[in-house]
Amino acid sequence: MNPTPNISPLEPAAHKPWPPHEYSRVPYWLYTDEAVFAREMERIFCGRSWAYVGLAVEISEPGSYLTTTIGNRPVIVCRNREGELRAFANHCAHRGVKFCRQRLGNAMRFTCPYHQWTYDLNGDLKGVPFRAGVKGQGGMPEDFDLSKHGLRQLKVTEHHGVLFASFCQEVEDFLDYLGETNRYYFERVFDGRALTVLGYSRQLIPGNWKLMFENIKDPYHASLLHVFLVTFGLFRADQESQVKMDDTGRHGLLISRRGTQAATEHTKDIANLRTDFKLRDPRLLDPVKEFKDSATVVMHTIWPNLIVQQQSNTIAMRQIQPRGPDAFELSWTFFGYADDDEAMRTRRLRQANLMSVSGLVSGDDSEIIKLAQDGLKHYPGGDAILEMGGRDTLDEEHMVTETAIRAFYKYYRQVMEL
Amino acid sequence: MSVNLVLVRELEDLYARYAETLDDGPLEDWPECFTENCLYLIIARENVERGLPLAIMRCESRDMLKDRVTAVRETMMYEPRYLRHHVTNLRVMSEADDEVEAVANFSVIEVLPEALPRILMAGRYRDRLQREMDGQWRFSERHCIYDSTLVPNSIIYPV
Repeated sequence: MNPTPNISPLEPAAHKPWPPHEYSRVPYWLYTDEAVFAREMERIFCGRSWAYVGLAVEISEPGSYLTTTIGNRPVIVCRNREGELRAFANHCAHRGVKFCRQRLGNAMRFTCPYHQWTYDLNGDLKGVPFRAGVKGQGGMPEDFDLSKHGLRQLKVTEHHGVLFASFCQEVEDFLDYLGETNRYYFERVFDGRALTVLGYSRQLIPGNWKLMFENIKDPYHASLLHVFLVTFGLFRADQESQVKMDDTGRHGLLISRRGTQAATEHTKDIANLRTDFKLRDPRLLDPVKEFKDSATVVMHTIWPNLIVQQQSNTIAMRQIQPRGPDAFELSWTFFGYADDDEAMRTRRLRQANLMSVSGLVSGDDSEIIKLAQDGLKHYPGGDAILEMGGRDTLDEEHMVTETAIRAFYKYYRQVMEL
Repeated sequence: MSVNLVLVRELEDLYARYAETLDDGPLEDWPECFTENCLYLIIARENVERGLPLAIMRCESRDMLKDRVTAVRETMMYEPRYLRHHVTNLRVMSEADDEVEAVANFSVIEVLPEALPRILMAGRYRDRLQREMDGQWRFSERHCIYDSTLVPNSIIYPV
């Protein structure tokens, strides 16, 4: 049902070799090579993984649907007439047309505009115009079987209001996929309460998609690059922090606790710490505790395409949608809980200023990812150094480490057979 | 309704000065185009059409605008760039003595180092303006509603 695609072998001769079991060096050809990208789409995004596709609240009624991509492949996720989740390729079985053009909508059926092949909400082909011909002429052959030409089916699952889909029919159960530690932190934000979408923000970042994961799996940069974060004590190297992974290394968690706007003996390396900078309107940053533990920020990366962001009271899904080796769409869905009061809703909207397209914090990241791609793409023989905190891939109780990036590449190399 | 030419000219002057603060500076003059208790939003058209409140930039006072300016100047890391705002199709939608509502189209061209100019954003301003004690019109509300779902990389300067 799910044939292994025939991938042409990479030509290592063209590249600097990547020594086996090397995770503290990453060769730069990994960020630019079309063959690597094609294999990533097959094995990582459309292979044995659960890709984030949306929130259940976005498609709550029978017939409601959303369109998105897994990797660069267009897909539809919908609820059938019984309200059950379905996912299939947004790609007509006839001539390949991406037939559904709305991001969110409601439909009784899907009809491709080209020749009006029509599918029901399970993705089954139900109608082919002129199938019996016109005036006894033309038409499909007698043995053309509608039941054999439905849309390509994906597996789809929901956990506490979050939707994941997979091109792989044999993929493990989602909770096994997530692992125990990651499940705890996932359910910290998705505790079963009804969610409410606050809005979307989408940016096209001119860099390789892996740079986004590296960025979020790297707590070391945050204390140095993000002046706004360190200045207001939201995330800083001297705070009580953890870096945790699952058993495979593919998922990762940066967990930390807010401090104060003060210099200490541990902040002397943070040249950008601005103890003099005060907000004229402090309502921008008025965080309140809302989660069950003492962490005030948890950045959760879930293989292969999701970052769950909880920084103070701004919570968002960041979905990574690669467009090629040198660009990806980062699609943000900001949300809160249906039982938020007006003050909390406003607080979330204000704190969203820190994040996304013009984020006071994350703007630094989209800019640095572009500069990274600009710098590395012309030096395919070079490689990145990932030795902060050692060369292993273990969990840590501090921020001064690149361990989660190393763990990511450990799993990446297994999946990619590179 | 006949067009109040004097009013339109006064607003055009404000819109041009506003663009100048962002394109040619000084950026510190940008908050001065707003009233003290203003609301400034840059928001995706898809959010507006779905009734969703999320803005990519949200300032709820002139002081918050000033904090944004300070961040652009002092805390954010970004490639240097020039913007060029083009504001057209200004239309006054309602008019009282000291308060008007107006709309206009905008497009913003961005120039990054070593790159050709590109359109950063296109959309519509939905504005509410007040004439203050000094006789100047200022924005009490400015919603910058951008049409594209995707933004090319980052929005550093206001729109």
